[in-house]
Amino acid sequence: MIEAEGLTKRYGAKTAVDGLSFVVRPGIVTGFLGPNGAGKSTTMRLILGLDAPTAGSVTVNGSRYARLRAPLREVGALLEARSVHTGRSARNHLRALAATTGVPTKRVDDLLEMVGLADVAHKWVRGFSLGMHQRLGVAAALLGDPHTLVLDEPVNGLDPEGIRWIRGLLRSLAAEGRTVFLSSHLMSEMAQTAEQVIIVGKGRLIADLPVADVINRASGSTVEVRTPQADELRGLLADRRIAVTPIAADRLAVNGVSSSDIGLIALENRIHLVELTPVLASLEEAFMDLTRDAVEFGGATHPALEGTPR
Amino acid sequence: MTASTEYLISSAGSGEVTLARTIKSEWVKFGTLWSNRLLAATAVLGMVGIGWVASFFTNHDWDHLRPRQIARFDAVDTSLNGWNLAQLAIGVLGVILVTGEYGTGMIRATLTAVPTRRPVLWAKLVVLTVVAAVLMTATSFTAFLGGQLFLGSHSTTLGAPNVLRVVIATGLYLTLVAVLGLAFGTLLRNTAAGIACFIGILLVLPAITDVLPSSWQDTVVKYLPSNAGQAALTVKADPALLAPWTGMAVFACYVVAALVCAAVTLTRRDA
Repeated sequence: MIEAEGLTKRYGAKTAVDGLSFVVRPGIVTGFLGPNGAGKSTTMRLILGLDAPTAGSVTVNGSRYARLRAPLREVGALLEARSVHTGRSARNHLRALAATTGVPTKRVDDLLEMVGLADVAHKWVRGFSLGMHQRLGVAAALLGDPHTLVLDEPVNGLDPEGIRWIRGLLRSLAAEGRTVFLSSHLMSEMAQTAEQVIIVGKGRLIADLPVADVINRASGSTVEVRTPQADELRGLLADRRIAVTPIAADRLAVNGVSSSDIGLIALENRIHLVELTPVLASLEEAFMDLTRDAVEFGGATHPALEGTPR
Repeated sequence: MTASTEYLISSAGSGEVTLARTIKSEWVKFGTLWSNRLLAATAVLGMVGIGWVASFFTNHDWDHLRPRQIARFDAVDTSLNGWNLAQLAIGVLGVILVTGEYGTGMIRATLTAVPTRRPVLWAKLVVLTVVAAVLMTATSFTAFLGGQLFLGSHSTTLGAPNVLRVVIATGLYLTLVAVLGLAFGTLLRNTAAGIACFIGILLVLPAITDVLPSSWQDTVVKYLPSNAGQAALTVKADPALLAPWTGMAVFACYVVAALVCAAVTLTRRDA
């Protein structure tokens, strides 16, 4: 359980995190979503006590991170910025961290095996690829078998097999009742991994809701219908106060009702349907709709380009 | 996956962070970096090598030495002169013990594992002090004893007045220099800045103060960190400097003050 209450961080005149309040519950994967510069990494640094909040507070299992007696036992963290000395081997890096909390070296070796780094355990981290760095970071996060995991962009740099592996791992850790909190700037990534999503922009909370709701909200439940009797169907739907927009002579866009309901109306009135397609706005569009006003580094849109279909 | 996860749960144990565990962690870190070994080896081999070579050639070329050189000859100083190089190597080792972590980002992992932070500094202090004290004292004795062997008829012994004091003080001075490097590294968090500051205070500051008015020189110069610490490194006490152990105590005070500043800033600043 992670609880943020009015969490605020200013660096000089710049406000990175602005009055953020949220709760990350155990037992599910919670996504932390926002465009670049939204304050995700800063929030994670505040959770881990690396930065001190300007105002507000954030606690893990009810206490400030710095007050935890066995931090690696309670919280496992993978930061976006590399946090390993490149002149040390993967195994020695983990041994040094393990020593602070009395984790035996046997577990270090087991974890290296589990994340697939056993073959390069004795090699300098300097030569590691981004994907290997991520795997080492995951091993470090799991060292103390923590109840809570905080992961900043964990799929960054992983190959498709690695991404599938980490999604499975995070879901199984959450299924064991742990708190899993991961950030991403990709909504599609969240849809694949997370159940709940906390969306931030410009350091402020934009939404805190189940991933399924984001998808529904964005899709607006539009259904595209193709039928030779378009005018007839349009009349029938309009009678029922359903919003209909003609797209072409034989095509309609219907809003606010399910494809099943439209099919039933057509059946009752002996209308021949050729196509009946629920149109899902892409997740990225859903996300962009939600964060449109909060994109910090958005390129200035040229007037001539506005209205270009996405 | 599930099976291995279940197994891994059982092997973690309950792990409260203690100073002893933090020291063990820092000990692992210290021993697993080549740069640390290289700098320690440079300090040891440099000091022994310079002392032995200087002693050998002083003895070998004795008949060709100018009278002025012979008048200034000091058997202890000849064999221990390598401390000039050793202080650079061991001081830089102290600096990079911290700045190497900031430079690579390791500090984030370190401070996440030990979020109260100060134990990390104390653990590094313990590891560095033990390593530097053992190595530098042994090096001082090795350089001296080997040097006397090479000096032949011009040698002196540990039993001669003040000689044992100089040999022990050299090891102690170099240990304090290493700790000063650690404090500078923690304060400045950047390798280049840490080393520059370290060299500036130990080597450049005494040179700059040479241009001060002589009335200032008499009062200020002997209290400079380097001059205070080095007062104990000569057999014949320099009247312009502090008394040997007084000087060492003054130097130790500087080191402690730098450490206190380092400890305060470590917990106040964002990592």
